[in-house]
Amino acid sequence: MDERSSEIALIHKAQALNLKKEHRRQSFWVALMWLFGLITVSILILVVGYVLLKGGTAINWEFLTTPPKGGLSGEGGISTTIGTTFYLVGLTLLIATPLGVGAAMFLIEYAGEQSLGSKFLRSMISIANFAVETLAGIPSIIYGLFGYALFVSTLKFGFSLLSAALAGACLVLPTIIRTTEEALLAVPDDYRRGSLALGATKWQTLYRVVLPASTPGIITGIILSVGRVISETAIFYVTLGGSYRMPTSIMDSGRTLALHLYYLAMDTRAFDKAMGTGAVLVVMIILINLLIDFVSRKLTAGVRRVR
Amino acid sequence: MNDTKLETINYSLYYGKFRALKDISIKIPKNKVTALIGPSGCGKSTFLRSFNRMNDLIPGVHTEGSVLIDGEDIFKVDPVALRQNVGMVFQKPNPFPKSIFENIAYGPRVTGLKDHHKLEEIVERSLRSAALWDEVKDNLGKSGLDLSGGQQQRMCIARALAVEPTVILMDEPAASLDPIATLKIEDLIHELSANYTIVIVTHNMQQAGRVADFTAFFYTDESRTGQLVEFDETKKIFTSPRDRRTEDYITGRFG
Repeated sequence: MDERSSEIALIHKAQALNLKKEHRRQSFWVALMWLFGLITVSILILVVGYVLLKGGTAINWEFLTTPPKGGLSGEGGISTTIGTTFYLVGLTLLIATPLGVGAAMFLIEYAGEQSLGSKFLRSMISIANFAVETLAGIPSIIYGLFGYALFVSTLKFGFSLLSAALAGACLVLPTIIRTTEEALLAVPDDYRRGSLALGATKWQTLYRVVLPASTPGIITGIILSVGRVISETAIFYVTLGGSYRMPTSIMDSGRTLALHLYYLAMDTRAFDKAMGTGAVLVVMIILINLLIDFVSRKLTAGVRRVR
Repeated sequence: MNDTKLETINYSLYYGKFRALKDISIKIPKNKVTALIGPSGCGKSTFLRSFNRMNDLIPGVHTEGSVLIDGEDIFKVDPVALRQNVGMVFQKPNPFPKSIFENIAYGPRVTGLKDHHKLEEIVERSLRSAALWDEVKDNLGKSGLDLSGGQQQRMCIARALAVEPTVILMDEPAASLDPIATLKIEDLIHELSANYTIVIVTHNMQQAGRVADFTAFFYTDESRTGQLVEFDETKKIFTSPRDRRTEDYITGRFG
């Protein structure tokens, strides 16, 4: 008995010693993670700060409201490129949102149904799922080349908003499909069962309960896509062309902010204007991210309060 | 004696190759409370879901034998129409993330009712029937998710009533509730049985004893295939069961 209690005392001592060591070890790793975190944040602040400071001096009302003059000097402002950016974002999402949301609804809500039980269909569906995964990781220039080959040359849409929006829709479709799929999967099956048990059809269940509950996720996907369209360059270089004039129809060429930035940096000596354009872009991206945050908070407020 | 509302004849259900229910024949009387009791995994919830064809939603399920409602084969009825006639309350309260009003109005709305005045009437009547009206009448715009668990469950009952069903299936409706909320639900079941045929699955034998006019005892052996052992008036099941297994279960020797 006595032997046992001294043994236990020894164990306790060893445990206390070990705990001290573990505390030191923990402090070390926590400090290291803090350091990494600080480095990451600093890089971010440095990049954004540099662009904003450098570009900020170039930004004024005139810069924002006059069109670029073109040529090597890079004179003029960025008004038409802001306009073109908005047009392109709008047109791209007009095409991509219904397609993407519809595809996700099919894949999640209908593809698993028994009535679609044929082998052929099932393998088509797994191919579709695989394709969505893969397409999300393909470099945007590939979409650009595809868009160029199909929309610009074969379908003869030329360098135009239409070609660019179609190519851009291909680019953001995987994003919209994936975020919508995740949003739909996050809707508890209790809601679906509850609705069906009340004598609602499957479509009514989707339309009245599942879709509203997944709206925050879907909107997040859409806003992410907006950011993608705003910031992509390569894909639009080969589909939208580079006209710095304001497009007056969807068959006109144009220049988004990011594209304009590229032209300024590569073809002109107007480095300050490039920085100014960059600053406007960065501000837009920040605003979009704040918007995502706001929207998902606002819309999930009602849903998250469950239990 | 009693009119039969729901009936199964030699009813079996399979999940793929696995037989979950075997040869069940039962006549559930109209406007009475019938409790389905038995140990876990004996198929009583699966059996309950047979009456509103919710099992149809599970891939790989097929059935043999027949299920009748008012003498009519339920597999010949449109499942959507069937579910409007056979309401269901789930184990976990499942309000939609909508206001209390919209939760109750959901069923009438999906069946095509648009008149707001009518909807208001239905919402009030349903909430009154579910003994919830006085607690929520000033807050109908509040989210259904903000109610307590017991209130949520009564709201779900009101939601089912709003579609004017004749049958209400309840799958352990008080399993996630505290004793006081449970008591309220039981009182409610008792009141509703005047106008509705209620089938309730419960793990709680005292509950079956308190609320049910009739009790069906389900049992399963190693095969995990559920079968109906005994069905009778609750009094008889609890005081003089005919089957040994029923007696063992009732007296708490297993389960």
